[in-house]
Amino acid sequence: MSLSLVTLFLLSTMVFLGGQVLPGNVGRAILGPFADQRAVDALNHSLGVDRPLLTQYWTWISNFVQGDMGTSYIFRSPVAPFVIDALGNSMKLAAVAFVLVVPIGILGGVIAALNLNRPLDRIISLGGLSVTVLPEFVTGIILILIFGVWLRWLPISAAWPKDAGFFTQLYYLILPSLPLFLVLFGYIARMARSGMIEALDSDYTRTAVLKGLPWRTVIWRHVLRNALMPTITVIATQTGYLIGGLVVIETLFRYQGIGSLIFTAARGKDFPMLESGILTIGIVYAVATLIADFLYSVLNPRIRLGSEQ
Amino acid sequence: MSALETTSPAQDDTRRRGPLAETLFSLMRSRTFLVGFAIVLFWVACALFGEHFAPYDPLADDIINALAPPSSEHWFGTDQIGRDVFSRVIVGSRDILTVAPLATVLATIAGTALGLLTGYFRGLVDDVVSRILEAFMAIPVVIVALLAIVALGTSKTTVIVVIGLSFAPIIARTVRSAVMAERELDYVAAAQLRHESAFHTMFVEILPNVIPPILVETTVRLGYAIFAVATLSFMGFGIQPPSPDWGLSISSNYGMIGGGFWWTVLFDALAIASLVIGVNLAADGVHGAFND
Repeated sequence: MSLSLVTLFLLSTMVFLGGQVLPGNVGRAILGPFADQRAVDALNHSLGVDRPLLTQYWTWISNFVQGDMGTSYIFRSPVAPFVIDALGNSMKLAAVAFVLVVPIGILGGVIAALNLNRPLDRIISLGGLSVTVLPEFVTGIILILIFGVWLRWLPISAAWPKDAGFFTQLYYLILPSLPLFLVLFGYIARMARSGMIEALDSDYTRTAVLKGLPWRTVIWRHVLRNALMPTITVIATQTGYLIGGLVVIETLFRYQGIGSLIFTAARGKDFPMLESGILTIGIVYAVATLIADFLYSVLNPRIRLGSEQ
Repeated sequence: MSALETTSPAQDDTRRRGPLAETLFSLMRSRTFLVGFAIVLFWVACALFGEHFAPYDPLADDIINALAPPSSEHWFGTDQIGRDVFSRVIVGSRDILTVAPLATVLATIAGTALGLLTGYFRGLVDDVVSRILEAFMAIPVVIVALLAIVALGTSKTTVIVVIGLSFAPIIARTVRSAVMAERELDYVAAAQLRHESAFHTMFVEILPNVIPPILVETTVRLGYAIFAVATLSFMGFGIQPPSPDWGLSISSNYGMIGGGFWWTVLFDALAIASLVIGVNLAADGVHGAFND
């Protein structure tokens, strides 16, 4: 947990430096090169960017903690509603990808391990590895071509019609979630596979088999529980990756999520929007890490009981 | 000491190849490596000599023939201003094959230095630096790149520096763990007893012995660097127009994908895919050769 706090601090400093200090004159950037110098100064003053850096950083952080994310330079209205909306949309997309990939990835890894070195294992391992290394926009483009342009099964944009119900939204989210699915599948399947191999090879599995337990029980009660422990950690660390992937996927599919919010803000140099978006992502990452630690300790009796002593 | 000397040369006599030749030999027998290497070599050849055998000038527009589907004249069709897609795909390997390797080299140099420092000194240096590196690793490259580009503007140099610095901690972690194992060995103690400087011990004594893991990590990182460069170009933060770069071409053409102009993006996508998979196959082979 302390580590994710360091990450958060680093991230906020980088955001602050990258967004605020290095690009120079914010007022000039907004008003354009032909604006009157007095107008630029006035705007800089009203935005507060002419104050000392430490003051700005402190104001920004303390306001953010209190839920005030500032005012967008471009929209001239509070940032918070934009960020919250976008975060909600991204969560939907990430949720669809996760709901698909976690069980299927684990299943893939388990099946590969149970068929170790047979053709099925080769197919899952090699296939998983190949799709994991491809950039999301490349798999995204190929999937759009296959399912959106040639077969016409799925919409090529994630922007669903207004007042769309749950299932319509889901329908629009299938294609965008697939590239994320493919990248994550390789990682999760690989971890589940190596965890399974290790657990299958262990003394307790041999004991369970030798004392006459049915194979099904051995797998469910003894092997899986131990095998999936490292996989949970991997899934949590993948949230960091997932966020990077969201920026790309949301741009490709024109989806109004936090990734495209950051992307648009960066292009328009909308500093408050950019910094709030990135910091929100950092917090999501920290929370995900915390949940993973918690889950890990719930599932692992050695840690759970160790901390009680 | 004498026991060591009597046993080891006797075993080595049968196969007197140096460790490097041994590794090269097993690389040449690895089918994974050879396939990957062939793919990479193909694209390197295109980057170097593509201009000479591309049928058209990759930058020459021809509005009348814009968005023509693949035909015998234009094998991969033409894009929205009539440029020949086949020629662009061939020459498009050039920028990514310059930027990605340079970024990887930067990452390797910075990462090796950091890994040697943290692995050799341990203690407070290791604790502080490693924590910061770990925290930094959690930030996605796209986000770092986005910030750097907002702050510094787009250029190949920015891309190289961003990817290089983002990957350095990962290489540092590998080097660190290799150094931690090495520094327990007698030759390091001997160097310290000779009062060699820490710098000498790290870079002259230890570094040559941790080259294999560094090489493996570097080839793996090259695959990710290509991934990152292509992605940044697609986002408009990487290689800039009018380069026929693959990611850039996809980003300027995918808006029309709904109109059925699949040839403007498919071949670039397949080119990226083949290069990334080629590098990863080669990396897998290198990994296998050093760990046998």
